[in-house]
Amino acid sequence: MRTFDAIIVGAGHNGLTTAAFLAKAGLDVVCVEKNDYIGGAAVSRNLYENWMYSNCSYVCSLLRPEIYRALELHKHGLQVTPYGGSLTFMQNGDYFGSYHDPEVAYREMARFSRHDADAYARYSADTMRQCRLIRDFLLRTPPDPTSFRPRDIRELIAIGSKFLALGEDRLYETIRFWTMSVAEYLDEYFETDVIKAAMSGSGIIGTALGIHSPGTAYVLLHHYMGDVDGNVGTWGFARGGMGAVSNAIAGALQAYGGEIRTEAGVERILVKDGRVKGVALEDGTEISGRIVVSAMDVKRTFLKCMDKSDLPESFYHRVENFKIRGSSGKLNIALDGMPTFPALPEGSSLYFSDMHFIDSMERMERAYDDWKDGTWSKDPYIDMVMPTMVDPTMAPPGKHFMSCFIQYCPHKLEGRDWTDAEREQFAKTVIDQIAEYSPDFKELILHYEIRTPQDIEDQIGITEGNIFHGELTMDQLLFNRPVPGYAQYRSPVAGLYMCGSSVHPGGGVMAAPGANAAREILADLRRPSTVPENFGDD
Amino acid sequence: MTDRYDAIVVGGGHNGLVCSALLARAGKQVLLLEANDRVGGAAVTREFADGYSVSACAHLLYQLQPSVRKDLKLDPKLVTSDMATIALGDDGEHVRVEGRSVTGVSDADAANYRAFHKRMTRFAGLLSTYLNKTPPRLGTRDRRDLLTLGRLAFDVRRLGKKEMREFLRLIGMNIHDELVERFDSPLLKGALSLDAVLGTHLGPRSPNTIMTYLYRLAGNHGRVSAPAGGMGSISELLAQIAKDAGVTIHTGKPVERIVVDNGRVTGVEAEDGERFDSYTVVSNADPKRTIMQLVGARHVEAGFTQRIHHLRSQGNAAKLHLALDGLPDIPGLSKSDYAQRILIAPDEDYVERAFNPAKYGASSPQPVLEITFPSFRDASLAPAGKQVMSAVVQYAPYAYKGGWTDAAREEFEAASIRAIERYAPDIAQQITASELMTPVDIENEFHITGGHWHHGELTLDQFMFVRPVCGAAQYQMPVDGLYLCGAGAHPGGGVSGAAGRNAARAILQKEKAA
Repeated sequence: MRTFDAIIVGAGHNGLTTAAFLAKAGLDVVCVEKNDYIGGAAVSRNLYENWMYSNCSYVCSLLRPEIYRALELHKHGLQVTPYGGSLTFMQNGDYFGSYHDPEVAYREMARFSRHDADAYARYSADTMRQCRLIRDFLLRTPPDPTSFRPRDIRELIAIGSKFLALGEDRLYETIRFWTMSVAEYLDEYFETDVIKAAMSGSGIIGTALGIHSPGTAYVLLHHYMGDVDGNVGTWGFARGGMGAVSNAIAGALQAYGGEIRTEAGVERILVKDGRVKGVALEDGTEISGRIVVSAMDVKRTFLKCMDKSDLPESFYHRVENFKIRGSSGKLNIALDGMPTFPALPEGSSLYFSDMHFIDSMERMERAYDDWKDGTWSKDPYIDMVMPTMVDPTMAPPGKHFMSCFIQYCPHKLEGRDWTDAEREQFAKTVIDQIAEYSPDFKELILHYEIRTPQDIEDQIGITEGNIFHGELTMDQLLFNRPVPGYAQYRSPVAGLYMCGSSVHPGGGVMAAPGANAAREILADLRRPSTVPENFGDD
Repeated sequence: MTDRYDAIVVGGGHNGLVCSALLARAGKQVLLLEANDRVGGAAVTREFADGYSVSACAHLLYQLQPSVRKDLKLDPKLVTSDMATIALGDDGEHVRVEGRSVTGVSDADAANYRAFHKRMTRFAGLLSTYLNKTPPRLGTRDRRDLLTLGRLAFDVRRLGKKEMREFLRLIGMNIHDELVERFDSPLLKGALSLDAVLGTHLGPRSPNTIMTYLYRLAGNHGRVSAPAGGMGSISELLAQIAKDAGVTIHTGKPVERIVVDNGRVTGVEAEDGERFDSYTVVSNADPKRTIMQLVGARHVEAGFTQRIHHLRSQGNAAKLHLALDGLPDIPGLSKSDYAQRILIAPDEDYVERAFNPAKYGASSPQPVLEITFPSFRDASLAPAGKQVMSAVVQYAPYAYKGGWTDAAREEFEAASIRAIERYAPDIAQQITASELMTPVDIENEFHITGGHWHHGELTLDQFMFVRPVCGAAQYQMPVDGLYLCGAGAHPGGGVSGAAGRNAARAILQKEKAA
């Protein structure tokens, strides 16, 4: 029987990234995927004829440029196009837009408050400083602060000196930034409710936290630290949908000689004498491998695909209590034409932007209160984009594809499963909110796809459908992610590694966990690293 | 110029008293000025209805630091030194927490609580060491600072690999998740949630509530005590100690401003125009009042005033005082149970839901309460045969939408009584008089901006190195000779005396270095 050097479980963008880097190093690699398509949550699905649905992740920014270059993704067809700004509709008929052009952005803010317009430069500089700091840690393995190994101590000292080099004032600012809520952070700069509401969304997208929860200022970074073509903080669409990202990485993997098997769901990760042996597929086939790398979230990996007896009890217990919370849903809508938004001037560049419909901090926080009560937000925070404005290839000519990301949406309703009627109610909540600002919107709907966290879990396999494979709270970041003592991509079982978003630095279509895991694996195998070290850009 | 004091302390709260006593012990000529007619600040006992007295703000001793007691030979008379906590349940099924043991829950919960308590007191012990020290400055090359930081790292490491990992995981976490992971009993989870959020603008789901829980435990291994004669007796005792040490105390002497000349303080001016001179002024007032009002923004660098301006210091806890004809009948409580600390927090979600309206400037329709009957053990507080109830009630936000009008106050008081009625159906019949102190009242009576017990929210972004604000955690303010010694400084509020003691030590050290 053929024994692979490495079996990667799950062909999401992280699994594919690990696989590609290992294959590039000359390993005999296979990536197994339960679905009949690859990409995990970074997919473009042809759900209706001539319609491509980026039905899970929907915008691109975080993908690390070092990885893009190292895997030569441009050769495999990945093209990212930036899109324009963002927009918040207001209940009083007005709107607040944000623009890339700094001067236009200033004028727009000054329409509401000159003070805020003036504050924006300061806000931007302060936030970017935090971004630059965190970006340095993305492609590094977090050190274990309890360890006395030279490598960990070296890394701790390196991080320590990096922080000390900030100087006293900046250091304090950083401590505060990492621990405060996004609402308080914005309060320090802005006075206008709608401006704060528009900016606070990035602090809570994908999390089970409200804008007033301490720690959400940090989450902001997870949405700001990306870039498109070197423009930090810019977001873009992958041409052909988010599946293009996965397809490009898969292309790289195959070009390096790696193999991908779809419809090969893993039933069990096989362990013998404390060492991983391979995987058993759902259809009974066994694949043997010297190492196994799981791109699944940690709960699925260790609680569903392994025997409890193969794992240390304390580790198992920590994984059980790892927090992966379903907090966001999606509604993907196919439109017969471009909906109009009477509040917007005709031809406004904001038609290309991502649109929001919540104009106050109170509404933002109340949306969270509903989630805490075990139901979806009745006045939700919607992050809505129409990729077809920029990339017409995704829909038939003249038609549009609309992606709505909805916060908050629980995995279970008051502890029980969703019924079909409730799913429809959820869709109606979203559609009604948008229709308030676009009278012809409802008539243009051709079909739509509802994805609650439960649907995402059922289809993709992510526990509770959490986009980050685990909450981004302080107790689950850096050396605490996913489990204290196991933050360096190795599991307690020899030869079994983790490379999904449950590990540092967490989720988003960033591919950093996948790359970092590959680097650690190659180090264990004493192979030369193919993974970009550290950091290229700033 | 007749006489110049070595130091003037503005405000005679318990921290101001501790600070002035320690300075005087070191041979300083110290003057203490208090705006109210008596010292004590928020640690006072006063009459709220004819013949009924109560600790007006703080009513229980959690973390009076042993170091403070030792340094000042402070030996308060306590009516109880180790109160049990009783979380009220329906039908008289209560949960009782006493030290490391808990009854009224499953055996599994009881065992888990022992383990939880052991770990938490250990972490709190570690924290407590650093509450009694001036926080080191970061990013400097000063040997002393580096030494303290090094020792902190060493102490954390000394916990051992496993516990250190837990510590680093838990310190930023919310209490809700930890409780749900460990316990089944809703009452136990509710009670511990309440302990974590009491006095803060946080709900149990807010990250960083483990830290506030540890802070509460950090004084006396989590033991709760109550002084005889109410909290005021502690202040009177401290005042006596201060006077004995030679401190001059003027009460009824509100300070109008701290006089700054050429970037250094030269004294204070009272509201009546009287001047007192000193090159060292120590403010027991909250940071906002100290900098923005007493010193004046124009004497301080703009970046600093900006930070002070952003300091979050709006209180959320109200006090409810009831004069009672007799003890209410709470099914399931024995007579002696009325001497304990009684909580109304049926489960962790109830506490979180109580918090929700506070975010939008409304009070909780179903509030959480920490109740004591101080007169039960201390007959001096009520007329013979009568009783006093003293309760902390949350949430009552300082920035109440539309202001704390009479209607708003009545509504909150009624909601509080309703919450008590659920367990003590006859409470309403027993009430002969009542007093509700919202954070606004606390602000007015005790001159604490925002009416926050801690003079500033106790969250990680305002804690240790960054308390009260960045660059001022070492008690010295950015005006020569100006110091802070109140709860707004490290480590924070509670009748602990730590801030006062640390400030005094910092001042004396500074002088020695000069």
